[in-house]
Amino acid sequence: MNTLILRQATRFLVTLILMFSVFMLLRGHDHPGGGFIGGLIASIAFCLFLFVGDTADIRRLLRADPAAVGGAGLGLAILSGLIGSLVDGSPFLTSKWVELGGLHVGTPLLFDIGVYFVVIGAVLTLVLGIKEQ
Amino acid sequence: MGAAADDSCVPSYAKAVVALPAVLFAWFCTLVPSVSRGESVAWSVAWLPERGIHFAFFVDGLGLLFALLITGIGSFILLYASEYMRGHPQVGRFTAFLTAFMLSMLGLVLSDNLIVLFVFWELTTITSFLLIGYFHEDATARWSALQGLLVTGAGALAMLAGFVLLGSAAGTYSLSEMLASPTGLADHPAYLPIAILVLAGAFTKSAQFPFHFWLPNAMAAPTPVSAYLHSATMVKAGVYLLARLSPVLGGTEFWAVSLTAAGGFTAVYSAAVALTKKDLKQVLAYTTVMALGVCVMFLGLDVESDGMRVGVIAAVTFLLVHALYKAALFMVAGAIDHAAGTRDLSKLGGLRAAMPVSCAAAALAALSMAGVPPFFGFVGKEALYSAALESPVALLAAAAILAANLLIVAAALLVSLGPFTGEVKPMPRHPHEGGWQLWSGPLVLGCVGLAAGLFPGPVFEWLVLPAVKSITGQSPDYHAALWHGINLPLALSALTLASGAALYLARGPVLGALRRLIRSLPVTGDRAYDACMAGVARGSEELTRLLQCGVQRRYLLIVFATIGAALSGTMWAKGSFALPLRPPAVSFFDWTLAGLIVASAFVTIVAQSRLLAICALGVVGAATALVFLRFGAPDVAMAQFTVETLVVVIVAMVLLKLPGFRGEVRPSPLGRVRDGLVATVVGVATTLVLLAVTLETPQMWLRDYFEANSVAGGHGRNVVNVILVDFRALDTLGEITVLAIASVAAYTLVARLPRRRVRSRRAGRRKAAG
Repeated sequence: MNTLILRQATRFLVTLILMFSVFMLLRGHDHPGGGFIGGLIASIAFCLFLFVGDTADIRRLLRADPAAVGGAGLGLAILSGLIGSLVDGSPFLTSKWVELGGLHVGTPLLFDIGVYFVVIGAVLTLVLGIKEQ
Repeated sequence: MGAAADDSCVPSYAKAVVALPAVLFAWFCTLVPSVSRGESVAWSVAWLPERGIHFAFFVDGLGLLFALLITGIGSFILLYASEYMRGHPQVGRFTAFLTAFMLSMLGLVLSDNLIVLFVFWELTTITSFLLIGYFHEDATARWSALQGLLVTGAGALAMLAGFVLLGSAAGTYSLSEMLASPTGLADHPAYLPIAILVLAGAFTKSAQFPFHFWLPNAMAAPTPVSAYLHSATMVKAGVYLLARLSPVLGGTEFWAVSLTAAGGFTAVYSAAVALTKKDLKQVLAYTTVMALGVCVMFLGLDVESDGMRVGVIAAVTFLLVHALYKAALFMVAGAIDHAAGTRDLSKLGGLRAAMPVSCAAAALAALSMAGVPPFFGFVGKEALYSAALESPVALLAAAAILAANLLIVAAALLVSLGPFTGEVKPMPRHPHEGGWQLWSGPLVLGCVGLAAGLFPGPVFEWLVLPAVKSITGQSPDYHAALWHGINLPLALSALTLASGAALYLARGPVLGALRRLIRSLPVTGDRAYDACMAGVARGSEELTRLLQCGVQRRYLLIVFATIGAALSGTMWAKGSFALPLRPPAVSFFDWTLAGLIVASAFVTIVAQSRLLAICALGVVGAATALVFLRFGAPDVAMAQFTVETLVVVIVAMVLLKLPGFRGEVRPSPLGRVRDGLVATVVGVATTLVLLAVTLETPQMWLRDYFEANSVAGGHGRNVVNVILVDFRALDTLGEITVLAIASVAAYTLVARLPRRRVRSRRAGRRKAAG
């Protein structure tokens, strides 16, 4: 499996797929996609590395323990829910929006990014756990 | 006091907490005049206003009586504990628990809301657990703590159910609102369940038969705890609850009979057991159970005399009497233990000379306990007798209370004369009088018992009668006095004293017979509790063996059999099986997909290698994703595709590390038939459910709502995503939480496999070689 072609192609493929996953994450609010699908696609990109490299490469690429990535995502999702409560005391997870140059940006985006990271963290925790043992 | 700083690591400012109950006591004292005039102090802050639950507190006569007992006795207990526990390495922890208990107990008796009351009730249960098990290196203490926790906790859960029923029946959780219009719930259809559940809570907390057994075991706690929680305050929470709710739930035959019968039996039985005990604290513990029984009995004894509920007056008076003398006696018992190194009555004797002040305090308390005039105990006993004689079951009630009282007189002589008089016996330690903190409490409480007996008027006017008014709703015109003239109660009192003293003198043979009788009882509370616990352990072990067998195939079988049974069972019970009248239009593409799914599923089953099986399963998943795509669910299809990809990668990775199919235990032919049957049931049931669902006219209002609000409220055109991250974000949050936890849990399972150790050892060897 560990051929020269795959090794060389992986470098570009991983970058492309990761960019694609962010694209899927961001377009999710209006078109098919979202944090869950984006996170899965990103996980696939990392898994591609399994075929050509070591798990250490993935860890280096990730720069953090996958469990910490998942935890951070969970924290981000909870934080996005608290923003509304902190701003004007509305119930937990009430969405808040601001308009930036004609673009609506809101706490649900933050929430979706949290989902994205939780999915990456969960999948990679499992995959790296299996691969490394 | 100078030594205190050396042998404990508690900072000096923390020691100020000892003064906390005294300060609170002083504050509650300032409320006495206004409360005795019938006013009540209230304070409230909203907690869950939608559910009618407020952090509401109110101080009325009953609450104030308890609050004064809690803080007043608590002042002496904390002072006593500071000396008693001196030098113990964890004295700070102990004081923190004790203070936490005191505040929980105060919250309990002052709560104006059933739910808040329950919260404080459970807080006292937990602090009691921590305090009983304070000597946690001792297995008996741990066992006793757990027993107390389980018995009172189980009762409290029943009580919570009762409270919820009561709250919905009365239309409010507020106690003061309930008491303001005590229409009575006697005719309510839920009355009986409410009463039974509330009684379960009160009887377990106040150690009424058949739940009495945990209280004597709770004596494993340090003595200050026994004196405070398990005699003077916490165990009276049950009595408090019965008193508090008797305007709402009382007045029925059920209430009267259960309280009188349980209380009366508990009183006589535990008074008899008390005499047979040799441990000073055990004797006191059983007499505490007796006192609780008396209180419960007289709260139930629904007697009116001259328009007064004399039963309630007697119960409240006796409660006060008991709190005063019992706390004093417990503290003396602790001082004796401290000084002599033993609490065994057969080893104690002649301490009179060595501990003169404790002896005097014990004598004062014991005289009140025995009901000798002019002590307050005498006033209490007169009230008990006159109320018993007025009751409709006068003979029975008077006989029960006479029997309990004469046994208690003997017990009072036993605990006060036993250790202090007679010849000096050899004891583990050379006895000596303890510090002033140890004897001041009992002495003051004993003197209060004497003063209250000499001047019963103010005590009744300020404390007892306001409390009675809270319970009965009327201000009784009761004249408390030491001397009521020569009447039947006085004669009974004299009879009690004489026969109690006679019993004490002739205790040798009588107690022997009593001990044999009690030992011959076939069932004791402890044995029943142990059997019950063993049964629970055995049952859960069996259940675990059945469900958590450790074989993946068995887990799947259980899960799918349950799903199949639930689906087909529900469909069958509701008669919802339905087939479409004419087959729906199916295109060639659909048939191809269906054929692909069926064929791959078949390959999965018959595959002889795992890799082939998992790939075939991946084809099933991909084809399913195509189905989603075809019917307009691109989000689901995309998720399905990516998940399938990852599943194949992960499973293939696992498979590479596993040995081949050979060597694995394959199911027997019969087992394969069983598996096939379960699979068929699940498949057929799911198909039938789907068919039945498509036949229903779909409910569109939810879809319409989401479609209408997705752009307007959620600023997104992808309804699925807006639902996930906005409308139903809490659900998603729950899901990702589960996902994160599950991945970490799976990681710990994978990482703990023994292969890891082999690998790291190999790595170590490599490092050593390099």
